[in-house]
Amino acid sequence: MIVVKNLHKSFGDVKAVNGVSFEARDGEITGLLGPNGAGKTTTLRMLYSLLPPDQGEIRIDGLDPTRDAMEIKRTLGVVPDSRGLYSRLTARENITYYGELHGMKGETIQERIEDMTATLDMADFIDRRTEGFSQGQRVKVAIARAMVHQPQTVLMDEPSNGLDVMSTRALRHYIRSLKAEGHSVVLSTHIMQEVAALCDRIVIIAKGEVAADGTAEELLERSGCDSLEDAFVNLIGSEEGLLA
Amino acid sequence: MRGLTTVFKKEVRENIRDRRALFNSLLLGPLLFPLLFVGMMWFLESAEKERFEKTIELPVIGAEYAPSLIRYLEQQGTVILPAPENPEELVLSQEAPVVLRILPEFPEKWSEGLPAPVEVISDPSRQESNAPIRKVKGLLYAYGQQIGSLRLRLRGISPQLASPVMIKDVDLSTPKSRAILAVIFLPYVLMITAFTGATHLAMDTTAGEKERKSLEPLLINPVPRWQIMTGKMITTMVFAMSSLALTLVSFRIVLPYMPVGAFGMDLTLGLETLLMILFVISPVAILAAALLTLLAAFAKSYREAQSYMGLVILIPMIPSLIFMANPIKAESWMMNIPLFSQNLLIGELIREEAVPMEWYVMSIASTLVIGVLLAAMAATLYNRPKLIFSTS
Repeated sequence: MIVVKNLHKSFGDVKAVNGVSFEARDGEITGLLGPNGAGKTTTLRMLYSLLPPDQGEIRIDGLDPTRDAMEIKRTLGVVPDSRGLYSRLTARENITYYGELHGMKGETIQERIEDMTATLDMADFIDRRTEGFSQGQRVKVAIARAMVHQPQTVLMDEPSNGLDVMSTRALRHYIRSLKAEGHSVVLSTHIMQEVAALCDRIVIIAKGEVAADGTAEELLERSGCDSLEDAFVNLIGSEEGLLA
Repeated sequence: MRGLTTVFKKEVRENIRDRRALFNSLLLGPLLFPLLFVGMMWFLESAEKERFEKTIELPVIGAEYAPSLIRYLEQQGTVILPAPENPEELVLSQEAPVVLRILPEFPEKWSEGLPAPVEVISDPSRQESNAPIRKVKGLLYAYGQQIGSLRLRLRGISPQLASPVMIKDVDLSTPKSRAILAVIFLPYVLMITAFTGATHLAMDTTAGEKERKSLEPLLINPVPRWQIMTGKMITTMVFAMSSLALTLVSFRIVLPYMPVGAFGMDLTLGLETLLMILFVISPVAILAAALLTLLAAFAKSYREAQSYMGLVILIPMIPSLIFMANPIKAESWMMNIPLFSQNLLIGELIREEAVPMEWYVMSIASTLVIGVLLAAMAATLYNRPKLIFSTS
């Protein structure tokens, strides 16, 4: 469960995030939709305590990222915008490294990797060095290493960026399974189809502010449009930076 | 500390698989420098020998004015060449290292018993003409001495009267202390090795990680950032130390093949000396790893880091260069200066001089203090969010 109230963050003169508030409940997928540069990544970075907010309040299962950074990092699974892997290590070694950084025992990590290899369909490449992996394979490894410690809350920044149709389908399937297990999932995207297909609640962000917030039906109702696509464009005020 | 050891183990494993890291840290220094050293010595020795043993070809102008001098030169093995048209041109164009000109007033002055003028035309700024110049001047001087004592004897005077002072050389240097080249060269090479051995690792683990976009996800793990940075720094130190140890071993193997006889040097590094040198220089590896990690972590990109490294490699050269230009006697206060103190101590160790215990303590302590200070700065560097996101 994530509660964000009135979040602000500036870089010099640029106001990246300007009063963002939303909630993300357990067992739901919350989508942050907005054009490129709307402030989604900055918001997420404040959630996973990489950036301190200038103003506002964040609670993740009651914890505050500015004060309980270490504790929060233990309960979070994050697939950030940069998902560089170590190319001289195998996929398994990449995931094991993160497991060890979380203080997990060797056996537990290997059991977890076996589970995730089955779920994410990684058997073909789990023991190969990650040099030369396809985008789809990279995202799978990045997800697996973020999920190795079985976090309750999952944050994903543009998870389907650069993926082909098959990989995107597999990814969506996986995200739905997380929801079914009762995780709280927050993903940011600028692809309208993605939120429409996946998200229970949609937070539309534009120019660092929340333009609208609610379920798909609520957003349709509020905008008075027939399709979600029209509703998004209508609520953001422009179609610049969005992908259908 | 769990985070620190995890990072350390992963960095070691990853970099052992990196051919470039292995080549730069473990092969380049240990192989290149000792071979370079021995090669240089061989070259110097053989070039020197060749120049000294070669017969001199000497163009002479005005040979007709001093037939007895010419005969003397020929007896000493000089090949006299006919007078060139433009002797200055000949020397400047490097066709002949030396040209001798006997002036027309030579016979007149000679018969009057006054100093008879000859000119040695040469360009001493050319290194390779030094040996022929010295040889020609030596011959002329010897000829003058010979004639001089003959003249004195003709007048019934003992030639010894003309040498009131007799100089005798009493040489107290041992073959070890004569190993000056090695005393300067070895610390220099080791100093540079400590830095080159650390460079690749320092860059790869920090600037490289930023460039490959794996830094942000790494920092999301529940491990304090100083532990992550310290783990990386310790990896860099271990590689720098291995590089140093291998270089010393390789010197040990290569030194017996050195042409030591020509330089009057005895340079067998004993195991004990070797270990002492490693002990003295290891704080430099820590200093180098900390300094390079600090700079590389500060750089916005791998390229920027590389440009810093080019400048940093000059640092270990400074003490050696000062020492080469102005060899000074080791004194207590110098032991407080990192890099410089190691330079002096290794020199003393090679010469097998007794070194006061407190010198070691001072040298190691002062270097470690600065090393740890730099390491602490590097360790906290990633607490500043700006440095994590600034890429390219």
